[in-house]
Amino acid sequence: MSTGTVALKKRAPIRPARVLLHLFLAGAALAWLAPLLWAVYSAMRPYAETSEKGYVSWPDTLNFDNFTNAFTQSDMSHYFLNTMIIAVPAVLLTLFLSSMVAFYVSRFDFRLNLALLLVFTAGNLLPQQVIITPLYRLYLLIDLPGITMSGKLYDSALGLVLIHVAFQSGFCAFVLSNYMRTLPHELTEAALVDGASVWRQYWQIVLPLCRPAMAALATLLSIWIYNDFFWALVLISTGENMPITSALNNLSGTYFTDPNLVAAGALLTAIPTLIVYFVLQRQFVSGLTLGANKG
Amino acid sequence: MTTDIAKEIPEAADVPPSGAAPATNVPHGHRRLLTRRDRLTLGLMAGLPTILHIALVWVTALASIALAFTTWDGIGFDSIQWVGLQNFKELFEQNPQFWPAVQHNVIWFVVLIVIPTPLGLFLAVQLDKKIRFSRVYQTAFFLPVVLSMAVIGFVWQLIYNPDTGLINSIIGANEPGKYIDWIGDPDLNLWAVLVAASWRHTGYMMILYLAGLKGVDPALREASALDGANEWQTFKNVVFPTLRPTNTVVLVVTIIEALRCFDLVFVFNKGAEGTELLSILVTNNIIGESSRIGYGSAIAVVLLLISLVVIIPYLVATFRKERRA
Repeated sequence: MSTGTVALKKRAPIRPARVLLHLFLAGAALAWLAPLLWAVYSAMRPYAETSEKGYVSWPDTLNFDNFTNAFTQSDMSHYFLNTMIIAVPAVLLTLFLSSMVAFYVSRFDFRLNLALLLVFTAGNLLPQQVIITPLYRLYLLIDLPGITMSGKLYDSALGLVLIHVAFQSGFCAFVLSNYMRTLPHELTEAALVDGASVWRQYWQIVLPLCRPAMAALATLLSIWIYNDFFWALVLISTGENMPITSALNNLSGTYFTDPNLVAAGALLTAIPTLIVYFVLQRQFVSGLTLGANKG
Repeated sequence: MTTDIAKEIPEAADVPPSGAAPATNVPHGHRRLLTRRDRLTLGLMAGLPTILHIALVWVTALASIALAFTTWDGIGFDSIQWVGLQNFKELFEQNPQFWPAVQHNVIWFVVLIVIPTPLGLFLAVQLDKKIRFSRVYQTAFFLPVVLSMAVIGFVWQLIYNPDTGLINSIIGANEPGKYIDWIGDPDLNLWAVLVAASWRHTGYMMILYLAGLKGVDPALREASALDGANEWQTFKNVVFPTLRPTNTVVLVVTIIEALRCFDLVFVFNKGAEGTELLSILVTNNIIGESSRIGYGSAIAVVLLLISLVVIIPYLVATFRKERRA
């Protein structure tokens, strides 16, 4: 942050324009946070109190009961686990597969590379609903007895992992191939002359150098996949198997019976993304701008 | 385009400067150095991900097109019947939800590009002025972008709920007879949900423009100031024109966003009257009561065509520029 240096340089006169700007920005920032703060406020008040006094009222009690109730009543930990089972393999697999494609496309000129990248990137920009009808049918048709709980690709974590990987790898391949192209070619050339296999060039030379880009993409992908609502809504039929974001919709009718509990449940769902955002903000933002072509 | 942006953000400075990038083409002599095993490895490395991607994304997209000309009950392949353009005819002429949905998607785009996009640009320009607490402000504006659309839907329900919501509680419209139904009223609900969408979109646009602004040469601004231009003139004549690449990205992102919007509305009111969207209509044909595969696919094809009109020119321009680079 450059506040320190700025403070030194501009200790001089306080300009009214700056003060005005700060007032405006602080006001706007507060307004931007207001919906979330309102949700926090509602979630911290007992339902009995709000139904009696109304929601816009001074609080008598503020506590975290709604949070604990929302968490235990709906067995939220179960849905968080579902999300982990889907998101962790999906992120790792997406990075692995897309870095391989990027390596191929950026290091070996096999005529195809531009077309390949074009196909991947275009596929990633399509609205999900364009492919959902046949995908849904396809998932119902593929029998996987003994491999998934449902015996099909439909209603399974595996099915969700696959569509996440297929859909997101386009974006990652695009970003990573741009990144790899900036690495000096001498690196792999030397290895090639030394007789290192293609796999070693990829795994031991190129991949370690891509760590910053991979970190940014991993952050971005984790949040996107965690936040996915649509794929699981359509491709998972058993409520029990849903990841947390999609499960929220069912839970809000059955377990979160009053607005205070809904607020608590929604905020609990948001917490992991908020933690990732605050800890890895730099990665998230640089990933987003690195591949600004993403919808 | 992406590389340009990467170059412009100091935050992505761990990216080696692209200026040092060697020619894209590997000398052809290299191929001779590849053993058969290397070729096989390369084939698998490129092939496996491509097969997965094409099978799940492009084959299904093509299947959508094919199914749009058929009727199918989903049970056994022999029940697929070719019906020509009948699905489209029915869609365009008889479906009372189709044209409203198209209209709402268009409104969605227009609102996003007219309100949150300039607002995001405005905030970015202010935050780019090396002011104190810039990071704090940025974090606040960007926070909604990190949340899932589903969570955003729930959060805004707390504000719009006719009985218990913030707005009606404040203006005293939460009593029977005085209700303002922000979620159910077809004249209001689209605008209500667009406020929530704009809330999120502003932060997204701000970050994209901040990255773009970091790439504007400070010397240009100084020169303009020396010439006696005021802040607005400098922005209009010097800064904004250099933001062209960012503007393209912003335009594409906003169009795609407007075509994709689904989660927020689905959580909000399941796409009830007033908030129909193409994406909702497609989904209702899968998980809704009336599962009509061919008909749903016809709607998907409309969505696909609109998307491709945007995606193809954008990608062609991007890759052409990249090949030149």
